[in-house]
Amino acid sequence: MQKKRLFSQIAVASVAALILAGCSSSNDAASSSGVPDVPMMESLGAGEGQVNLVAWAGYVENGSTDPNVDWVTGFEEETGCKVNVKNGATSDDMVALMKTGEYDVVSASGDASLRLIYGGDVAPVNTDLIANYADIFDNLKLQQWNSVDGVSYGVPHGRGANLLAYRTDIVNPAPTSWGTVFDANSPYKGKITAYDSPIYIADAALYLMATQPDLGIEYPYALDQKQFDAAVELLKTQKPLIGEYWGDYLKHVASIKSGGTVLGTTWQVNINLAKGEGTKVEGIKPSEGSTGWSDTWMISSKAKNPNCAYMWINHIASPEANAGVAEWFGEAPSNAKSCDLTADKNHCATFHAADDAYWEDVYYWNTPTEACLDGRTDAKCVPYAEWVKAWSSLRNS
Amino acid sequence: MQNISNTMHKNPKLRLAALLTAPILWLVVAYLGALATLLVTAFFTIDSFTGNVLQIFNLGNFQDMLTDVAYKNVVLRTLGIAISVTIICTILAIPMAFYMAKIAKPRSRKILVALILTPLWASYLVKIYAWRTMLEPGNGVLEWLLGPIGFKSPGFGGPAIVIGLSYLWLPYMILPIYAGLERLPNNLLDASGDLGAHNWHTFRRVVLPLIFPSLVAGSMFTFSLSLGDYITATIIGGKLQMLGNVVYQNFSINLPFAATIATIPVTIMAIYLWMVRRTGALANL
Repeated sequence: MQKKRLFSQIAVASVAALILAGCSSSNDAASSSGVPDVPMMESLGAGEGQVNLVAWAGYVENGSTDPNVDWVTGFEEETGCKVNVKNGATSDDMVALMKTGEYDVVSASGDASLRLIYGGDVAPVNTDLIANYADIFDNLKLQQWNSVDGVSYGVPHGRGANLLAYRTDIVNPAPTSWGTVFDANSPYKGKITAYDSPIYIADAALYLMATQPDLGIEYPYALDQKQFDAAVELLKTQKPLIGEYWGDYLKHVASIKSGGTVLGTTWQVNINLAKGEGTKVEGIKPSEGSTGWSDTWMISSKAKNPNCAYMWINHIASPEANAGVAEWFGEAPSNAKSCDLTADKNHCATFHAADDAYWEDVYYWNTPTEACLDGRTDAKCVPYAEWVKAWSSLRNS
Repeated sequence: MQNISNTMHKNPKLRLAALLTAPILWLVVAYLGALATLLVTAFFTIDSFTGNVLQIFNLGNFQDMLTDVAYKNVVLRTLGIAISVTIICTILAIPMAFYMAKIAKPRSRKILVALILTPLWASYLVKIYAWRTMLEPGNGVLEWLLGPIGFKSPGFGGPAIVIGLSYLWLPYMILPIYAGLERLPNNLLDASGDLGAHNWHTFRRVVLPLIFPSLVAGSMFTFSLSLGDYITATIIGGKLQMLGNVVYQNFSINLPFAATIATIPVTIMAIYLWMVRRTGALANL
């Protein structure tokens, strides 16, 4: 009896100690603007021998996917920094991975970048230490999603639109509108896909923006309660049409290839991968415009390999590497000099790298906040946390 | 060396401590510690913008979970799947185990046990991706094979998950039942037959009560493994989600809510074990 009590006392004490340890590890020092004070790197030192990246699939290629697609090996040989990469499936994944502090660099989209900045997870970037920063298109620098108060938090990577993919041998006639993925009488019912992330609510809002002007949606990431409910309602009616929601791009590509998915939202890189395996598939930017991304390479505030991190960012922003990524992923490069280096000389024209008109109806992923991002002051918008709840509820109902 | 041995010999308490420190530490820190952290996290909340966990005690997560009908559905769905998998595994496992233990010759018995175990050596993912190819609607292996006799693949969804999980966990049901049947003396079956009972009657009145503890042991595996699974649902579940998927979906964005959801399977298992304990089956394991 005595022994038993001793054991249970030890158990209780250990558990209590654990809980206390878990509780005391909070770090909430914030400056006046609400952005945590994170120091900026002053000067560059020798490489640490490795760098750990969180990136979108297709951003960091070392020749293992396709022997001709490699902008990592040269960097590793030149700097001695071994590149370890972890692909994130969604922006939420990436934010979670960066919060672990185990990664040095992230290729963050606009719906992750601000969360990372305000969460104190990324550090301001000293652009003087990045030689290739000078060649980045000016209209991508110091934007709302990669800077705060004129301080840059990263180097722009490239941009693109989320496309409507369709199997050219199955879907007839070819779609021109997002309406095809919301059509309750679609002949492709059960073979339509959608992106498995709360940010997909913006795709529904974008469609409503074009088709239901009464709702008055100006910007798909600034939805008041009524607009938000309408978008979620649209997604509920879409759910019976969906065969699978996709988050894992490899499974998504396999599904397009097998014909399990014939229509739905995708990225250019997935279309390229499926085409590479002989699938008849195309992607278009529909008439309503599209959601899209403008990504930024950011450095963790807890980076263990900051020098290699800066070297990597300088490398990936270089015209050669930037052209390589842009062409492989199927996006517009961020470096103005990249356009001369792409294998396909029309690449920048095809992806409208310098064509500002094209980007007018592309709405880059952004993080919805209570203060409406479209500038409305008479309305309260639905913050991202509510988007997450609504999405979780939709997916599980 | 001699000294240590002597001290150990004189001090039974020291001996016990040396023996038990590692397992107790493991049990308390890794096992109970993780559970306790989970439970505590469930009462925290997050900063709605940055997603950072805020250590403020509140019941909001539980309120969200209980008021949203979606989560009631997902609990019922997951329970349904876990129960179906357990029933299917039981129905498939009893004849199989009976044949192995009572009818097969001792030599082939060993081979059969080895055969039951071999699927466990292959990776979980490989097996489930194989089922993806099998069940693919339209051009999957099953439809190609059985299409001519009018079979249509159920496609990806609930039935696919039940098939996949039943396949995965079947060995965990067969082995305990096999062990239970092996312990069952053959002369009981003979005596039952001599007293005029038919096969079915013998099975129901003699075999089943005696292997009931083994059935419960097997069901604990199939039921709990199904209850916590999310990978099968991701790969062959189509758009259908199980409890594990809700946790997976939320842990990166809203860790406290994921922790709240994770308390559901823990509760269900606790209730299940309590019910099992009341039948007295645990004592017979």
